[in-house]
Amino acid sequence: MENVIGEPIDRIDGRLKVTGRATYAYEHKLPNAATGVLLMSTIAKGRIASIDTKAAEKVPGVLLVLTHQNATKLNNPLNNAAPGQERSPARAITALQDNLVRYANQPIALVVAETLENAQYAASLVKVHYAPETHHVDLESRLADAYTPKKAGGGGDPATSNRGDVTAAMSEAETRLEQTYWTPFEVHNPMEPHATIAMWDQPDHLTLYDATQGVFSDRQRVASLFGLKPENVRVISPYLGGGFGSKGPVWSHVALAVMAAKQLNRPVKLAVERPQMFGMLGLRSQTRQTMRLGAKKDGTLTAVANDTYSHTSTFDEFVESTTICARMLYQSSSNSTTQKLVKSDIGTPSFMRAPGEASGTVAIEIAMDELAYALKMDPVELRLKNYADVDPEENKPWSSKSLRECYRMGAEKFGWSRRKPESRSMRDGKTLIGWGMATAVYPTRRSASNASARLNADGTFSVDAGTQDLGTGTYTIMTQIAAQTFGVGPEKVKFRLGDTELPQTPVSGGSQTAASTGSAVYLAGQALREKLIQMAVTQSGSPLENVNEQNVILEAGRLSVKGKPGKAITFQDLLTRSGKPYLEAQGKAEPGDEKKEYSMYAFGAQFAEVHVDADLGQVKVARMLGCFAAGKILNAKTARSQLMGGMIWGVGMALYEDAVMDERLGRWVNNNLAEYHVPVNLDIGDFDAIWVDENDAHINPLGAKGIGEIGITGGAAAVANAIYHATGVRVRELPITPDKLLVKV
Amino acid sequence: MTPFTYIRATTINEAVKAHGQQPDVYFIGGGTNLLDLMKMGTERPAQIIDINRLPLKKIEEHKGGLRIGALVSNTECANDPMIRTRYPVLSEAILAGATQQLRNKATMGGNLLQRTRCYYFYDPTFRECNKRSPGSGCAAIQGYNRIHAILGASEQCIATHPSDMCVALTALNAVVQVTGPNGERSIAMREFHRLPGDTPQLDTSLKPGELITAIDLPDMPYAKRSKYIKVRDRNSYAFALVSIATVLDADEAGTIRNVHLALGGVAHKPWRATKAEAMLAGKRPDEGTLLAAAEAELAGAKGYKYNSFKIELAKRCIVRGVMSTLENSQG
Repeated sequence: MENVIGEPIDRIDGRLKVTGRATYAYEHKLPNAATGVLLMSTIAKGRIASIDTKAAEKVPGVLLVLTHQNATKLNNPLNNAAPGQERSPARAITALQDNLVRYANQPIALVVAETLENAQYAASLVKVHYAPETHHVDLESRLADAYTPKKAGGGGDPATSNRGDVTAAMSEAETRLEQTYWTPFEVHNPMEPHATIAMWDQPDHLTLYDATQGVFSDRQRVASLFGLKPENVRVISPYLGGGFGSKGPVWSHVALAVMAAKQLNRPVKLAVERPQMFGMLGLRSQTRQTMRLGAKKDGTLTAVANDTYSHTSTFDEFVESTTICARMLYQSSSNSTTQKLVKSDIGTPSFMRAPGEASGTVAIEIAMDELAYALKMDPVELRLKNYADVDPEENKPWSSKSLRECYRMGAEKFGWSRRKPESRSMRDGKTLIGWGMATAVYPTRRSASNASARLNADGTFSVDAGTQDLGTGTYTIMTQIAAQTFGVGPEKVKFRLGDTELPQTPVSGGSQTAASTGSAVYLAGQALREKLIQMAVTQSGSPLENVNEQNVILEAGRLSVKGKPGKAITFQDLLTRSGKPYLEAQGKAEPGDEKKEYSMYAFGAQFAEVHVDADLGQVKVARMLGCFAAGKILNAKTARSQLMGGMIWGVGMALYEDAVMDERLGRWVNNNLAEYHVPVNLDIGDFDAIWVDENDAHINPLGAKGIGEIGITGGAAAVANAIYHATGVRVRELPITPDKLLVKV
Repeated sequence: MTPFTYIRATTINEAVKAHGQQPDVYFIGGGTNLLDLMKMGTERPAQIIDINRLPLKKIEEHKGGLRIGALVSNTECANDPMIRTRYPVLSEAILAGATQQLRNKATMGGNLLQRTRCYYFYDPTFRECNKRSPGSGCAAIQGYNRIHAILGASEQCIATHPSDMCVALTALNAVVQVTGPNGERSIAMREFHRLPGDTPQLDTSLKPGELITAIDLPDMPYAKRSKYIKVRDRNSYAFALVSIATVLDADEAGTIRNVHLALGGVAHKPWRATKAEAMLAGKRPDEGTLLAAAEAELAGAKGYKYNSFKIELAKRCIVRGVMSTLENSQG
């Protein structure tokens, strides 16, 4: 069998993308499509007292101005739970259903015109009078108003946890640390903005070209909002320019495009403009995390506690579940966490790459670094000292855990042993050099997924699953899985995705696409393979007739008998002789009991070297190395890219990203990519991601843990810890901008 | 974007005549800032006059210095061998700004007219901004003012001038050549941009209808010892928190005959640090001397809630600017 899985083959869709031929949502050309432009609220809370659209309507080419006065009524837009039930995972949307302004940058009108220019100009002529009310957007002054949610995040973990007696353990601890860490609001800012084209093919049948991470969840929600049968909604999403969680839920703009298309009886296309992306599409909540660590002199942890406050909106609930990793990352005789929410007049926070763990590892991993200095202990040694051989929270074995190897391999490749332990000890002239590290962790999840596989008359294979490719490499890894199953090269496999006409799959979130849909593709391939073998050994006159099925192998585009390469039949001949136009099989992979028996996580160790200008405080991350253990790696090239993308985002989290709210106005002030800083090429020095090979038979048929999110976790802490090592300045409020280092450097 | 008419001029006189001192008529070169502002609705010209075909695209010898045509792109200027060897600070400053793509498009004349990055100015849905709508107030004074001015601000406006290029031009004593309805005139770089005072809507001393045609660099042999240092939140594509352009005339022993220092990111215009310059002239500076000069320059600085760090940072920039230029020239 050709070994295709794991090979660093080029992205199947790479050429299409770099030549501009991959069609993104907004680029689908539909005849007679009109263009919509959103108008956003400029206050954070209140009512729209009046809205005058007359001038806008007079602009040539304007077809429709939708406001709360003429918007179509939706079914349960706020996603309230039915009595006695829990809320569905969908997000509450406002979508012009009333005159309330719940946050700044909330859509309050949609202008649709023949051209983008006309729609934009008309939108600028809409006159809005507000009746503002007092808004609240700050966290620190309202901690007393916080409440405890029922659950701590998407995984359904409890919002509070308690093992042993942290208070007693802290008072008895020989070394203790208590510090509060802040992470700022961050906005996903995928390269491709959110965009939708809505087209009603028939009065009760809708097609959506939508930039979405979940074609099926999109279909479900849109069908529900508009009272349609789900099967009458088709969602198409072949290419995505990133999403990072923000394209998981259906937000207001999708519903508004559908509404306008219905009212105008023609297709409507709508892209959210970059400044509009701050607020209505989810964001990573600011967090305030108080860490307490207690330890014996030898470094043995006796207490770990994380008490987190984060924001939710006034009309929906989202928990930035930072505490989960604090419960399970280290062995400790006592542990407690609390997760509290403050309701703010902001758009609802939502999932953003490694929700919970990205921010959670900032607190626990900087705290561990601080503890290491207090104990005069090497930071890697401290982590090894408290290595959890079983999940301390769930008291279950790990399905697999190679974190020890990650520390060892990462430290060796980075050269960690040459680190001088004291801060400010590795100076080079005006440059302060620092080395820091942190642990990475992300849960391994999966959901039920389907796929189909088909042998075509020309001997090629078609493999289908409705799933999405966010730019991560889904097309490529699914092709590899199928190619290996059939013993053919990847060029013989055509994989299709991004369409609700294809087999049902879950949302691409929680790093679960490889584990879920990859497993379904694997099973569909296995099923087809069995059918092919069955056909070959039963087909009258086949060279393989009556051969024992166990002895048939698929190799080099044919079925043959093991050890007798002459005894073979090509896929094409087999199918031709059968008289069938094609042969097809389905695969369904769904979670079993593994979650009851095992605790399932990917882990890693991140190492960073920073150079800090001793006078001016400017930081450069000169080197970074991440060493991860995430089950089977399906493509060494796309995996490395994805892991490094996460690490680079970790740098952004440590040093740059900060959505700034003018609290007086309740408005974002830096809502553009010139002022909202993400890393640029010059910020990124010598970076690499490596991994420990793992064979995990428990998690799913493929043994893949998913790598979409693990790369960002621990990254920000590793950089922050390196900055402390370089400068002796401990910054506990991200991002670490030059001004925060001026105090001492 | 508000609809506008577009015309193209092919000569300077044609352009100036077409403008006719009308308030809503704008010249457009690279458009890298104007188009953004038009998209935001911050600028709403009724007509734009495309000047890209004017013959203003050369860098030439001029009275011992250089004359840079207004339509020379930022990239061309930064890469020009004469600029790089005779006025390295200008090349460095340009390359420290924006991105390669923007610099390819942006013109030298247009860069002089870059508008502030003050959030409350840039987005017209913020009600208060005296620069955008005189008399409406200043949202930045009590708002998020991390990128704002510490020197020369007024009760009306604490915006900063954003250009890196202009900081270098100020240190180089450049002169801006303009042609208006009443003919040609020259404006010293230090007089080109203004402090906000009670009329923050005026960024420059240009008169209505005047067209920038060239920037002259003086005959200044010692400008080959010059340097631009920029402190910013990330290593590229970020505006300066504080920057410094240093032009140094020192003898072999390191005694300063003459030093020009211009700070960026601290005021409504590139800030010529004349007090520090005067204190350093004739000195062979050590860190203490430099720090004293820096302290004197920043003595009148005023910080706001989020930008007070710039006072300390500006001092350190002065020290670093002189020290590193001195080391460079000796090396």
